[in-house]
Amino acid sequence: MREEMQRDPNVVLWGEDIVNYNGTGGAYAVTTGLAKEFPGRVRDTPIAEEAIVGVGIGAAMGGLRPICELMTVNFAMVAWDQIVNHAAKPQHMFNGQIKVPMVIRMPNGFGRTAATHSQNIDGWFAHVPGLKVVVPATPYDAKGLLKTAIRDDDPVIFLENIRLYSSKGEVPDQEYLVPIGVSDLKHDGGPSATLTIVTWGRMLIESLKAAKTLSADGINVDVIDLRSLRPLDLSLAIDSVKKTNRAIVVEEGMRAAGFAAEIAAQLQEVAFNYLDAPIARVAGLEVPMPYAKNLERATLPFAEDVVAAAKAMMAKQY
Amino acid sequence: MDKESLLSLYRQMLLIRTFEDKSAEMYAGAKIAGFLHLYNGQEAVAVGSVSALNPDDEIVVNYRDHGWAIARGVSPRAVMAELFGRKDGTTGGRGGSMHLVDVEKHFWGGYAIVGGHLPLASGLAAAAQHLQTGRVTLCSMGDGSTNIGTFHAALNWAKLWNLPIIFMVENNGFAMGTPYEDHSPVPMMTKPKGYDMYAEQVDGQDVMAVRDAVCRVADRARAGEGPSFLDVVTYRYRAHSMADNDQGRNRTEIAEWKKRDPINLFAESALLNKGVKAQDLAEIEKQVIAEVEDAAEFADASPEPARETLYDHIYAQPVANMQVEGSLIKPATLYSSNGNGTL
Repeated sequence: MREEMQRDPNVVLWGEDIVNYNGTGGAYAVTTGLAKEFPGRVRDTPIAEEAIVGVGIGAAMGGLRPICELMTVNFAMVAWDQIVNHAAKPQHMFNGQIKVPMVIRMPNGFGRTAATHSQNIDGWFAHVPGLKVVVPATPYDAKGLLKTAIRDDDPVIFLENIRLYSSKGEVPDQEYLVPIGVSDLKHDGGPSATLTIVTWGRMLIESLKAAKTLSADGINVDVIDLRSLRPLDLSLAIDSVKKTNRAIVVEEGMRAAGFAAEIAAQLQEVAFNYLDAPIARVAGLEVPMPYAKNLERATLPFAEDVVAAAKAMMAKQY
Repeated sequence: MDKESLLSLYRQMLLIRTFEDKSAEMYAGAKIAGFLHLYNGQEAVAVGSVSALNPDDEIVVNYRDHGWAIARGVSPRAVMAELFGRKDGTTGGRGGSMHLVDVEKHFWGGYAIVGGHLPLASGLAAAAQHLQTGRVTLCSMGDGSTNIGTFHAALNWAKLWNLPIIFMVENNGFAMGTPYEDHSPVPMMTKPKGYDMYAEQVDGQDVMAVRDAVCRVADRARAGEGPSFLDVVTYRYRAHSMADNDQGRNRTEIAEWKKRDPINLFAESALLNKGVKAQDLAEIEKQVIAEVEDAAEFADASPEPARETLYDHIYAQPVANMQVEGSLIKPATLYSSNGNGTL
């Protein structure tokens, strides 16, 4: 964000508690230091998500490139009408006369904060044409995708998984961009791979752990990171499935009507004859998130769930 | 104002009235579908407001938007073609009656989620403030939208940031069919007080009163004195929409309001008293009727939008893997697969 704000004076950053709160930038301290560096362009807002998004939309229509930070994805529901009806649709509905170049950033995921504050609704956003939905999992992708999102002329939902804020990884010193709508092979199982894992966000990390475990057990897997859900790039996943003949889609959010279902459906539409097993889903359980540590853990998918699903799939004869 | 300008206001109001009557006729004749919210009775509000603003001031309104579009100079042909859902409409038939727009004329559109456009209007004003364009944003809404959260969030924000914006309530006394006293516990003028916002109540049947009020608050906004609120008291003659049988309203009340019809009122007070001849007005009426008839014929002759344009403008730039109908996947042959899984 700093680089983009230095580059383009029309980039502004608005959100709750990003200027005055504890001297940090936001509840998760993502924007620390920016308020000082860009006075007047980084502003605290009222706690009114419908206005944070709505005012951002209007400002984007009027020539700015707002980055609007929602404190968490949970509060996006307060702004749902603005996101769906007013950010995503005007461009099409007004026949291209209006553009909404804005980024709506928000942390998602879980963290012992119970039902109203722990959820993953990536798929809800992905259901809306007109939005771009970006779900980075690594520091490299997060930076490159965020820079692209800020420069993009469409409204971009940028989902930052809370559990990944502390991740470490290589990020080049020189400028780079990661395109939106291009998936990435994060683990190559090689020619002998017999399973494709398709995933995004935090579940990439769990899937990579699972890949390591499975590899030790002689099961080589490809792990595909979608990086964005809309536009959706399944080209790598399809190529991989044609090689491995099996696929598991891993999603942090709930299973029924989740986005993994869409991916599974599309994969079987184009690669049905290559499949040696039904496509499996590993996803969150359909429970409003409990607070208790053990119950929270039981609700969410982890590497061991991916490993178990993979082993079950490999063991079964179809 | 000189005589020509006064006659222009008259002409615009009459054009809107005639246009709306024609729209009702076309709706009854099934040329127009869906929801059609007509502006009859409120003409002075849009016409007076637009006449007070600069051409590059921003205007954002709700779904009762035909009058605003026409007052802003959008051609009746394009508006009627839009109501017909045709290619030559303001949005090529994508938006319909509730979503007219003309960004070149700084008319940012009709919005059809009650109150949903208020934050957008504050945002346009925030952009104008940030970019120092000197533009004022006028945001019109109905009285029914003053109870939803976005109303309060948008006013709060506008006052907090001292934005150059005018919140205008076209207070026609009804939230759809629910009378004011059944949807709001306090008088309209109490509402802006909660945000210490400068406010005026205006006679919405008097086009010059509306014009003067908008001039005053636009000047305030341009002088850096921040947002204003106008409670423009008016009335709509027709039902909430053409899909509504309007059985809930008192006929006597409608008749009483028609005695203060904005077009007649203006003709009598401002024009005939100042030496305009009845003959001049009759001539304008003739022109207006011809213009509206032409608009309807134009709309009827305009083709439907091409099927191939269905996916246009969903994104600013074409997104390669989203252009295939029914699928997010690239290959166009997806559904005519030859059965062996090849693409």
